[in-house]
Amino acid sequence: MSDTADRVKKIVVEHLGVEADKVTEDASFIDDLGADSLDIVELVMAFEEEFGVEIPDDAAEKISTVSDAIKYIDENKG
Amino acid sequence: MRRVVVTGLGLVTPLGADVETTWKNILASKSGAGPITKFDASDQKCQIACEVKPADHEYGFDASKRVDPKIQRQVDPFIVFGIDAAGQALEDAGLVEMDEETKLRAGCSIGSGIGGLPGIESESLVLANRGPGRVSPHFVHGRLINLISGQVSIKYGLKGPNHAVVTACSTGAHSIGDAARMIKDDDADIMLAGGAESTICPIGIAGFAQARALNCSYNDRPEEASRPYDQDRDGFVMGEGAGVLVLEEYEHAKARGAKIYAEVVGYGLSGDAYHVTAPDPEMDGAYRSMAAALKKAGMTPADIDYINAHGTSTMADTIELGAVRRLFGEAMDSVSMSSTKSAIGHLLGGAGAVESIFCILAMRDQIVPPTLNLDTPSEGCEGVDLVPKVARSREVRAVLNNSFGFGGTNASLIMKKVD
Repeated sequence: MSDTADRVKKIVVEHLGVEADKVTEDASFIDDLGADSLDIVELVMAFEEEFGVEIPDDAAEKISTVSDAIKYIDENKG
Repeated sequence: MRRVVVTGLGLVTPLGADVETTWKNILASKSGAGPITKFDASDQKCQIACEVKPADHEYGFDASKRVDPKIQRQVDPFIVFGIDAAGQALEDAGLVEMDEETKLRAGCSIGSGIGGLPGIESESLVLANRGPGRVSPHFVHGRLINLISGQVSIKYGLKGPNHAVVTACSTGAHSIGDAARMIKDDDADIMLAGGAESTICPIGIAGFAQARALNCSYNDRPEEASRPYDQDRDGFVMGEGAGVLVLEEYEHAKARGAKIYAEVVGYGLSGDAYHVTAPDPEMDGAYRSMAAALKKAGMTPADIDYINAHGTSTMADTIELGAVRRLFGEAMDSVSMSSTKSAIGHLLGGAGAVESIFCILAMRDQIVPPTLNLDTPSEGCEGVDLVPKVARSREVRAVLNNSFGFGGTNASLIMKKVD
């Protein structure tokens, strides 16, 4: 597992209060992890903070699973 | 006429995270005051408060008992305290599980005086230092005063009236009075009613200190700082926490065999129309509020055995006492009056609800809680039983609770035992 994946999963566990083993790469934030739209805004802010990337609103809207987040971060981090 | 009774109680206070622990500590004359630990207060004029203790303390508060960790992170502490106290009250009343029909007739009236001040302060710093894009998406609904009622209704499925009072330090008492009227008016059969506050943060302490309301001269002796009626009193000590009661229509409570603590029989409200922070020197507003509650209750002053005073440990204490004396006349000789703010500080919007619960427990246990630190009663306190320093057993059939707030708002509640 990549370093990015580990860090993303840790943030998801902390922010959504879910068990770590539920945070698989294909897990959907809304359908599988009980997030609502505001939780996703908060998660995106936490990813930006952790990885020093900027995730614009149109990109954030396309992030619906854990792997979407990992992929975006890996492609855009400095 | 529909009657309103109390069937459940919940407390989070600086002296305990539940009703019985708090009450035991109150009766043991303990103080919840200490140096401020929530932030570095070394540059503040006031460096003491009555904080709710952390989970590892002997009588500390464990938020994880009743509040989802995700919600704890999103909302201000006053909402966390309120959700927990509401949960306690529902558990005590045996109403955690309700059928759909009951839920449609169950509501919330849990308010706060100020709301999420710590979160407003910290997010303002985020905005100033890091820009609007870093402000939390939970900022607004994590700070709003009506979000205890909102969160509690969602958690327990309460679909009746959803209300929140904001009347500064009389919020808790107004919440109970308004909710009782909603039951009387047939809007609901069950109401969770009360108040919560948590404003022990730099701007909260600085703001009240600048308004010359806080005690700033006992920083080295925090437990002696809240001293209502004492000649050396010098301002209130800020407290925090929550008090929530389950109010229920009498026949509804009886039909399900609920434990009935007391009946809410009188509620009076008034405005001073005088000054934003200072009380009217005649305290005519307080007098009219108490008189209205007595009239509603169909009682005379001689029927009241205990008054839980507003008594914040400010100059206003003796003015309130003057209004009580004017109303009670000869009945002053038989009534006991104390201020539990001497032990837990001033819970602002939570005070009226927490103190109403103490009134109910005084009736249950036939004992009146003490006014701590009352070494030398101020001029004007002669001939009044202010229950100095030690709790006392006595007959308590009916109680009066006073709460007054900035803006010149007054609320008085009368409750009595149900035979």
